[in-house]
Amino acid sequence: MKIKPGPVILAILAAATALVYASRPEKALSVLFVSKDYLLEMISILPPILVLCGLFDAWVPKQTIERLMGETSGARGASIALLLGTVAMGPLYAAFPIGKSLLGKGASLYNVAVFLCVWASIKIPMILFEMKFLGAQFALLRLALTVPSILIISGLMKLVEARSGFHEAK
Amino acid sequence: MFIAVIWGIAGAGLLLSWTKSREKTRAALRFFRRSFLSLAPSVLAIIWSIGFILTFLPSGLVLNTIGREAGFQGVVMAAVFGSVVLIPAFIAFPLAASFLRQGADVRAIAAFVTTLVMVGVITAPLEVKFFGKRFALWRNSLSFVFALVIAVVMGAFLR
Repeated sequence: MKIKPGPVILAILAAATALVYASRPEKALSVLFVSKDYLLEMISILPPILVLCGLFDAWVPKQTIERLMGETSGARGASIALLLGTVAMGPLYAAFPIGKSLLGKGASLYNVAVFLCVWASIKIPMILFEMKFLGAQFALLRLALTVPSILIISGLMKLVEARSGFHEAK
Repeated sequence: MFIAVIWGIAGAGLLLSWTKSREKTRAALRFFRRSFLSLAPSVLAIIWSIGFILTFLPSGLVLNTIGREAGFQGVVMAAVFGSVVLIPAFIAFPLAASFLRQGADVRAIAAFVTTLVMVGVITAPLEVKFFGKRFALWRNSLSFVFALVIAVVMGAFLR
């Protein structure tokens, strides 16, 4: 029988929390308190994202995504991936199911990699925030370096895929 | 605000879909149920781990490892630190700014901020689940290397 890792890890975390609570209750409460904020974030973002993925899966024909973001979509496909990643918000784990759906519908690996990296790193409100705290020079320079980096990373991933594939991806 | 919008779009989408085709809407909901149930335990574990990390991480230690005297090693440490923790931007940027004021290397801060968003050790198991081991490994390692490159270039400009 295959043991699912999720519940096992949860049990370990619960035991660890109980152990911490026994020696230093205030630390255990802090663990739970910090986690609670993230839990609320997850509950508020993940369900609608997954509903949209479900609708996308049921309604959007494979040919459309293949044409827009497939292997032969070129710069336009990459631009769409960039745009999708920038306008969306939410934590990276919310981007995984969306990227997976795109891949399943025939988007190229290059475009999905661009999408994931852009989602993770480039958000307009986040850039404003970074400018406020770390300075415009810092934020804009980092942005100017991040965009080409993402394109190169995705290009390298495409090379890896061409050489040996990402076959065990379900 | 964003949350209200995305719930609104999802709800409106479901309604529209329901009026057009019950069958497809049911398929969409089955997709939702399946993916939510398979995601929930992993995401919960991630969230709980973050609680531990943020509670027990001493900030003085962090500052010592990424100070200007630490050199490139400090930059790498900052990149590792950014890869391991998962902090939302609205906490990370003020934190990074305070490290910078307290004498952290600007390269280290750039590396930290970049790996923080692009590399996710904690979310890696989830990424593996969706895209496979090799994909997650390559995307995260390449992002890590490029974060260091970005940091070094920024150091040259902002010194």
